[in-house]
Amino acid sequence: MGTVEYIQHHLTNNHIGEGFWTFNLDTIVVSLLLGALIVFVAARLGKQIEAGTPGGFQNFVESILEFVSTNVRDAFPGHNPLIAPLALTIFLWVWLMNFMDLIPVDLLPYLYQLITGDPHAHLKVVPTTDLNTTLAMAFSVFALIVFYNIKIKGVGGFIKMFLFHPFGKFFVPVNIVMTLIEEVSKPLSLALRLFGNMFAGELVFLLIALIGGTLAVGAAALFWAPLQVLLDLGWLIFHLLVITLQAFIFMVLTIVYLGMAHDEGH
Amino acid sequence: MSINATLLIQIIAFVLLVWFVNKVLWGPLSKLMEERQKKIADGLSAAEKGKHELELAEQKAKEVLKEAKAQAQNILSQAEKRSSEIVEDAKVKANEEADRIKAAAQAEIEQEVSRAREDLRKEVASLVVTGAEKILQKEVDAAAHNDMLETLVKSI
Repeated sequence: MGTVEYIQHHLTNNHIGEGFWTFNLDTIVVSLLLGALIVFVAARLGKQIEAGTPGGFQNFVESILEFVSTNVRDAFPGHNPLIAPLALTIFLWVWLMNFMDLIPVDLLPYLYQLITGDPHAHLKVVPTTDLNTTLAMAFSVFALIVFYNIKIKGVGGFIKMFLFHPFGKFFVPVNIVMTLIEEVSKPLSLALRLFGNMFAGELVFLLIALIGGTLAVGAAALFWAPLQVLLDLGWLIFHLLVITLQAFIFMVLTIVYLGMAHDEGH
Repeated sequence: MSINATLLIQIIAFVLLVWFVNKVLWGPLSKLMEERQKKIADGLSAAEKGKHELELAEQKAKEVLKEAKAQAQNILSQAEKRSSEIVEDAKVKANEEADRIKAAAQAEIEQEVSRAREDLRKEVASLVVTGAEKILQKEVDAAAHNDMLETLVKSI
């Protein structure tokens, strides 16, 4: 299998359907499983939470909650009971989906191919390398941004924001374009940033995997295999930072955007 | 890699997940943490209050002690005064008693003296009579001269 084929094979979703009505089964199943994992662990934790002396795992979860709520307090004016759980969900879910990137790139596809018996079966395990996932979250956040913009500022205020912002009443056409770009760029930047980072990270993992796959033939393996291990480890440690950072950025930007939507003086 | 219906599924999944996380994770845990925070704050303020109260109680105890000391001092000095009074009183009474006893003794002595004088007088009278009898060598009619003898005895 050639290099290009290998990479393309890895970057193709396992899908059914045609055209728009295509469903990327791997993306859906993995992301749903991870979401279910969050709910399951949370529900199990919920049965044994203690008020006085929390145990180790509860402490860990509480520290995440504390971290999220500190960020919400810092970046979000006023009070909205939806923001904190939303931010927490984004952080946990995005982090877990990103974390799939750290599982060796060939492991899960290989296992899947063994199970199905089809050596060419596709499986793309990282849901955040699928633009559908990141856009889904970004559009949901965008819907909330529009909703709160209208709820807080009123329909008139929302239209005024388009007409008179940012250059005042003498540049209405320019303002409309600018505000439109500003608003639309919010979900797009959210989705594309996460997608781009994860996609690139996955690609680098694939390239590193190729070192052992295509170059290590015969005696050369003695040199290339350790190099692959070293590079893999280095990129893995770096990527561990990246996945956390990306989850954090997605969360903070969501809070900030929604905070701007709640800002009446905008 | 193209955008397709997966997007819709993911949106639904995301919305449901937010709802679930709020219900099973954020809701109960944040409530719990808030309660704990409140409990700790209450405990701290109670401790502060207790400390303050202890300070007050200590101050009060000090005051009470001081008062008690002053009272004890007062009682002590009163007792001292009283005791010296009693001693003084006793002294006076003893003096009086002594005077009284002295006077009684004096009176008795005087009585004794006058009785002795009386006896002596009678003795002398009888001596005189006997003497006179002896001098006159004849019997004197005692009865006849009793009056005269009486006056004589009295004049001694």
